[in-house]
Amino acid sequence: MQDEMKAKAIEMLSSGAVRRVVGWRKGDFDYDVTPAFFESVEDLQAHFVYNDFCGPNLSKYMVKVSRMEGKSLVFLKPCDTYSFNQLLDEHRIKRDQVYIVGIPCGGMIDCYKALRKSGGDVLAMSSDGTTVKVKTLTGEMSYPKNDVIEERCLCCKGGKHMVYDELIGEEGTLNPDSNRFRGVKMVEKKSPEERFAFWRGELSRCIRCNACRDVCPACTCELCVFNNDASGAATKAPVNSFEENMYHIIRAFHVAGRCTDCGECSRVCPERIPLHLINRKFIKDYDELYGSYQAGESSEGVSPLFTYKESDPDPSIVLKKGGSDNA
Amino acid sequence: MPVNDTYRPKIVAFCCNWCSYAGADLAGTNRLQYPAEVKIVRVPCSCRVNPIFILRAYQRGADGVILCGCHPGDCHYTKGNYFTRRRMTLLFSMLDYLGIEKERTRVEWVSAAEGNRFAHVMQDFVSTVSKLGPNKRLEDLRCKTK
Repeated sequence: MQDEMKAKAIEMLSSGAVRRVVGWRKGDFDYDVTPAFFESVEDLQAHFVYNDFCGPNLSKYMVKVSRMEGKSLVFLKPCDTYSFNQLLDEHRIKRDQVYIVGIPCGGMIDCYKALRKSGGDVLAMSSDGTTVKVKTLTGEMSYPKNDVIEERCLCCKGGKHMVYDELIGEEGTLNPDSNRFRGVKMVEKKSPEERFAFWRGELSRCIRCNACRDVCPACTCELCVFNNDASGAATKAPVNSFEENMYHIIRAFHVAGRCTDCGECSRVCPERIPLHLINRKFIKDYDELYGSYQAGESSEGVSPLFTYKESDPDPSIVLKKGGSDNA
Repeated sequence: MPVNDTYRPKIVAFCCNWCSYAGADLAGTNRLQYPAEVKIVRVPCSCRVNPIFILRAYQRGADGVILCGCHPGDCHYTKGNYFTRRRMTLLFSMLDYLGIEKERTRVEWVSAAEGNRFAHVMQDFVSTVSKLGPNKRLEDLRCKTK
């Protein structure tokens, strides 16, 4: 797969069809892969990589990249195409400046999971698509890939690309039984006291590094409400439970209806807070109340928060439904 | 026990300029009583209320927040309150999900002619919040005044 992609990128770059390629660059180890631009064939030859550690969603980069001079080639995994479509919907990307090559994805590895499983001190990590080998100071271990895969990949939306100019590999199919709300349902089943305790335990670890916001393909405001000094919550570590709650409620609320559930927020969180549980709660709610909607499925979707029906239920429905008894 | 020591909640009511604020006015001119715990903030439309406003009210020591707007279909700006309705449903559900008492936050539709209803709604809300007691789960101790 990597060779095919490299060949395609080199062909388009050397023929002048595109000025740059947006992909993933090799790090010192197999597992430290970073998103990168490639502007020369030599650079591509030497550093381009696509393996089971290429988690980063490249769609958000296209907001800036599509405004650069010349066309750019970007490799998008199936779930990244939802984010791309959503950004097109919001007129954030110049579509004609981007050449999308859709690539298949077999699920991405969560390095943190592998790290925790192996007990730390990792020297090397590699994957052959079915098993993941982790070499540590104390020895070498191997795990079935599904045990160390990212949470979002465990409930994969399917391998179908929503938007592309060209595909490498077969066109995939949607996965309707992803059962992605099971985590949300588990939290909903708890009593309010348990839920409060659960979220305190999770959110109190937040260090407000803003990584969840910075990586989110739906968060593309040039000026963020959390950078507003007058808001009292401007870029700084949360000092108490209120600020933690407020930051995470508002962050998720601002992307409600536009969140494609790409799971980047949980992937980058250095404190391993299950942020997707907050985003998915909004998705589950509007799916149930206003009809099912998948952001990014088309580039002309209308978010449930940008529209209304006269027959919508009153907010008091929350009192009747309650989180604990509707599970 | 002296009267001053009984717990009196702090309630913030966001009222839309065209219906609920006029409704509150009508309650006043009709000499209808509603609890003094309610502090009214006038907004151009219930749709103006950003979820941050509600959280900020809690941060500054509110024990309950109520949002009043025109009845759906009667919005001065045609459709503002329809958007409010969806937004607030999602926000309240999220507060509940995080384990914060869902009864503390409420949306009510009060028209300019419903002074009586305004007084009733406020009495009911204040008694609900009084029963819940002080807001402990969404408070910011730095901002608390006594």
